Amino acid sequence: MNYHFNFAPILDQWPVLLSGLGLGLLLALVSIAIGSVLGLVVAFASRAPSPWLRSLAFTWISILRNLPILVIVLFLFFGMPQLGLSLDKITSFIVALSLYASAYMAEVFRGGLLSVPKGLTEAGQAIGLTSFRIKRYIVLPIMFRNALPAFGNNFISLFKDTSLAATIAVPELTFYARKINSETFRVIEVWLVASLLYIVCCYAITLVLRAMEKRLVLEKN
Amino acid sequence: MTPIVEVRDLHKRFGELEVLKGIDFTVAEGEVVSIIGASGSGKTTLLRCLNLLEEFHQGDVLIGGEAIGYHLRRGQRVRIGEREVARQRAMTGMVFQAFNLFPHMSALDNVTLGLTKVRGMPRPQAIELADHWLDRVGMLERRDHRPSQLSGGQQQRVAIARAIAMSPKVMLFDEATSALDPERVGEVLETIRSLAQEGMTMVLVTHEMRFARDVSDKVVFMEDGRIAEQGPPQRLFLNPDSPRLQAFLKTSSF
Repeated sequence: MNYHFNFAPILDQWPVLLSGLGLGLLLALVSIAIGSVLGLVVAFASRAPSPWLRSLAFTWISILRNLPILVIVLFLFFGMPQLGLSLDKITSFIVALSLYASAYMAEVFRGGLLSVPKGLTEAGQAIGLTSFRIKRYIVLPIMFRNALPAFGNNFISLFKDTSLAATIAVPELTFYARKINSETFRVIEVWLVASLLYIVCCYAITLVLRAMEKRLVLEKN
Repeated sequence: MTPIVEVRDLHKRFGELEVLKGIDFTVAEGEVVSIIGASGSGKTTLLRCLNLLEEFHQGDVLIGGEAIGYHLRRGQRVRIGEREVARQRAMTGMVFQAFNLFPHMSALDNVTLGLTKVRGMPRPQAIELADHWLDRVGMLERRDHRPSQLSGGQQQRVAIARAIAMSPKVMLFDEATSALDPERVGEVLETIRSLAQEGMTMVLVTHEMRFARDVSDKVVFMEDGRIAEQGPPQRLFLNPDSPRLQAFLKTSSF
């Protein structure tokens, strides 16, 4: 093998690559935030007394979990305008990723809710807390702590999924990498750099989450 | 004088199965009542009816003279609203077999939660009161520890402080020492005993026969959803009337 690496044309463009990486992170953050709120609602609905609410929640989860994310992205971006609802590409992608995230976060929170022992709810009842306050001060804080590791995994996976936004020309890292690829033909170099940026970024997120887990996750006794 | 707890013809079913078949008993102020009986006799269910952790289907439970859980609307028995249930639950304090401390809070915060959120106490005052009770159960030094950093006996003592700090009319103990290592049982029983000696009204479901005999003013023996026999511990333990109780006491260790 006799390939001469030349990173210069790619490194010239580092501000663009970094802005792409930043946008990817932002998309993942906004989507997981919206997805978590939706997911929490769906998780509570999945355990509601009403059978209607419960089946609505399970339908929501199973539809979104059984669709490839790329199909949701393309469907919303190309399909919705036909129904008279045009969203710009970034909004459209955020909606797609948030919906997708909501199904996974609903499952995470549902597991988290199941992990809160019934005895703690009863202890809250016994001191005279109303069910809203039991959720607010006991169930939710414990659920979030227990859900943190799964939440972290989902966040990283969503962040990687932001590369799919390139397909609808959202200017994130993969989009720019492809652009630089076709402008410079430094194929190996550009994808190496892009890969490295993704790896470093995901690893950094992992470290931050691990530190959070260490502080927040409750040790069993 | 109005009894602190009055139970009249209490019935409770789980589906088809009737687990309480007409219970009558009273607890006077300052009285310590132990409920004994084999597993499945309904004693824990009875205790849980006293703070509405279980619904019941017939009869009345009065705490401090107030009928709890239900009221009559046009002759129909209707369960009262959630806020009322919460208020009535706070009239009793409960200590659970599994401690059930809130694992994400310090010992101190376990005690102050109810004081600030239910009693509406300002935080400094709640901390002062919590410290008083934590000191009383010998846990003041560990007030900033999480439950996972405490032994079972220590957790149970914090749980006692959490319940009693709410100044309930009566304390309910549901097999408070059953989940403890044998060497931790003593410290918890000692705490309960000293509260009893101070005049706290208590109902205890217990397997600790010696403790029931030494501490109680009254012992209630349950058998198959009914009270088979009740009376002062000396009489029940030394001269049980019913053959059932005689048999039960023979199989129990002292």
